[in-house]
Amino acid sequence: MFQAFVIQVLVTGGVYALLAVGFSLIFGVARMINLAHTAFFMLAAYGMFFCSLQLGLDPISSIILSIVVTTLIAVASYKVFIDRIREHQVTVLLITIALAMVFQELMLLAFGAHFRAAPTLISGFWEIFGVRVTYQQLLSLGIVLVVLICVWAILLRTKLGIAIRATAQDAEIANLMGINVSRILLITMGIAAALAAISGVVVAPLWVVYPYMWLSPLVMVMAIVVLGGLGSIKGSVIGAFIIALVETLVVFLVPAGAFLKLAFALLAMVIILVVRPEGLFGVIFEEERL
Amino acid sequence: MLRRLVKDFQGDVLAIPGRLIALIFFLLLFLLPLITQEPYTLRILIFANIFVIFAVSWDFLSGYTGQVNFGHALFFGVAAYTAAMLNKYIGLQPWATIPIGAIVAVGAGVLMCLPALRLRGPYLSLVTLAFPLILLGVVKAFPDVTGGEHGITGLTRLSESRITDYYISAVVMTISVFIMWKLTDARSALVRTGIILHAIREDEIAARASGINTIRYKLLAFAVGGFFAGIAGGLFAHFMRIAGPSTLDLMLSFQAIIWTVFGGIVSIYGAVVGVYFLYPLMEFLRVIPELRILIFAAIVIVILLFMPEGIAVWIRDKIERACPRCKLSNVWWRRTCRACGASLY
Repeated sequence: MFQAFVIQVLVTGGVYALLAVGFSLIFGVARMINLAHTAFFMLAAYGMFFCSLQLGLDPISSIILSIVVTTLIAVASYKVFIDRIREHQVTVLLITIALAMVFQELMLLAFGAHFRAAPTLISGFWEIFGVRVTYQQLLSLGIVLVVLICVWAILLRTKLGIAIRATAQDAEIANLMGINVSRILLITMGIAAALAAISGVVVAPLWVVYPYMWLSPLVMVMAIVVLGGLGSIKGSVIGAFIIALVETLVVFLVPAGAFLKLAFALLAMVIILVVRPEGLFGVIFEEERL
Repeated sequence: MLRRLVKDFQGDVLAIPGRLIALIFFLLLFLLPLITQEPYTLRILIFANIFVIFAVSWDFLSGYTGQVNFGHALFFGVAAYTAAMLNKYIGLQPWATIPIGAIVAVGAGVLMCLPALRLRGPYLSLVTLAFPLILLGVVKAFPDVTGGEHGITGLTRLSESRITDYYISAVVMTISVFIMWKLTDARSALVRTGIILHAIREDEIAARASGINTIRYKLLAFAVGGFFAGIAGGLFAHFMRIAGPSTLDLMLSFQAIIWTVFGGIVSIYGAVVGVYFLYPLMEFLRVIPELRILIFAAIVIVILLFMPEGIAVWIRDKIERACPRCKLSNVWWRRTCRACGASLY
C-alpha cells in the first residue's frame, strides 16, 4: 500500500515536473502564458499511439518520431501565429487557447473520442516489498530524471543556456549584448514543446489517451508553476512533487477523492500563495513597465 | 432645456459613428420581435444577451483593472447555483432569486479578492483559475444537495412566454452594459471610477502614490464584476431551468476571455460585439457539428492575427479619428476637427 503510494507520487510528480518545467521556461523567457502547452503533450501521446499501434513501428522510432514531429508543430505554430503579435499579451493568451482547441478537434476528427492506450515498451514487473512495480513505471521515472538533468545542464552549463537565462532576465539588454532574442524565443519554445512531448510519450502507455486529456494537466501545471514560483525551474520540480503528493493522498484517503483531487491540489496552491505571494522559489521582478 | 438635450444628442451620439452604430443596434434589439418571433432565433438572442452581461463584466474586472481573471465562471456558477437552490428548496421566484444570487456572487468576488490583493499579473490569473474548479470539485462530491453531474433541474421559468423572456434579457443587458460603460468612462464628470481604474491598470504604484486607495478600487472592481456576472448566471439558470456543473466549467471562463478579446479588450462595446458575432456563429455552425469548434477556433485565430486589438477596436479606428488637439472623436471623412478646427492629419 505505502510502496504503491510512493511509486504513484513519483511517477505523477515526474510527469508533472516535465510539463511544468517547460511551461515555466516559456513563461520566464517569453513572458507568455502558453495554454496550448499541454496540447503538445496530448499530440505526442497520440503520436505514440498512432506510430506504434497503427503504423506498427518499433517503440524507439515511434518515440523519436512523435517527439520530433510535435516539436516541429509547436515551433511552426509559434512562428506563424504568435511571433507577430507578441506585444499584445492577452491576444497571445487567446490564440494559445484557440490553438489548443484546434489540436483537440483535429485529434477528435482523426481518432474519435475513444479512450486509447499505447502499448507498454517493456512488459513485466518487479516486486519490491510485495508491491508490483511495472518496468514501464520505472522506465518512465528514469526518462524523466535523465531529461530533467539534461535541461538543467543545458540551462546552466552551455552558451545557449546563458543566452536563454539572459533573455529571461531582460530581453532588451540581452538584445544589446548581441543575443538574437527572437531566435532564442523560438529555441525556448522548441525546448518547452519537446519537454511536453517527452512527457506525453512517457504517459501514453500509463494513462488513457483521449482528445480532452490536455485540460486537467493544464490546470495542474499552472498550479504547480505558480506554487513553485513563475520562471523558477527548481520551484517547478519541487512544486510538481508537492501537488502530486497532495493529489495522490486525497485519492487514497478521502472518500469521493477522485472528484476532490483537483480541488485539494488547487487549495494547496492557494494556501501557499497566501503565505508567500511570489511562490516558493519565485523572485519578485521589478515592476515591469512596458 | 429640450433644445439643450437635442444638441447634446447631436454632438455626443450622432456625430460619433461608433455611438451611432450602438444606438441603431439597441433600437434594432428592441424592435426585433416585430420582425420575427421565431422561438429558435429568440432563444439564441436571449443567450447572447445573457453572455453579453457575462463578457462585459469580465472586461470591466479584467480589462479595466488589469486583473486578468481566469475564473470568471465562479461568479456565474455561484449565482446560478444560489438561484437554483433558493428556487428549488425555498420556492422563491426568479425576481428574488436572481438578485440574491448576484449578491452571493459579490460575496464570492470579495472572497476571491482576498488572495488577489496580494498577487499581481500572472500569479493573480492563475490563482483565480483555481476557485471555480475547487467549487466544482465540491459540487461533484456532494451530489445530494447539488445534483452532482446533472445539476439542479426543473426551476421556475423566467416568465410565461419567450417574448417576455427576450425583453427581460434585453432590458437587463442594456441597463447592465450602460452602468458598466458609465463606470469605466474615463472622461465622465459624474463618476471618478473610470479614470481611477485606468490609472491602476497603467501603473498601480503611481496610482497609490497619487493618494488613490487602490485596494478599495480593486475590491470595487471585483464586487461590480461579480455582481453583473452573477446576474447573468441567475438569468441563465432560470432561462435554461437548470443549474449544472457546466456553469463553473473552465471552458466558460475561457469563453468570456475569447468573446471579449475577440471584440476588443478594455472597451466594453468590444465584449458586446464579440458575443453578438461569435455566439450566433457558433450556433450557425451546428449545421456541421463535427467541424464546429475547429472552424470557430480557426476564425478566432485568423481574425486576431490581422486585428490583434480586436475586431470592434479595429473597426472603430477605421471610422473614427481622434482630434490630436482636443481628443474629440470625429467621423473619418472630416479633414478638420468638428470642435476646435485643428487639422486631423
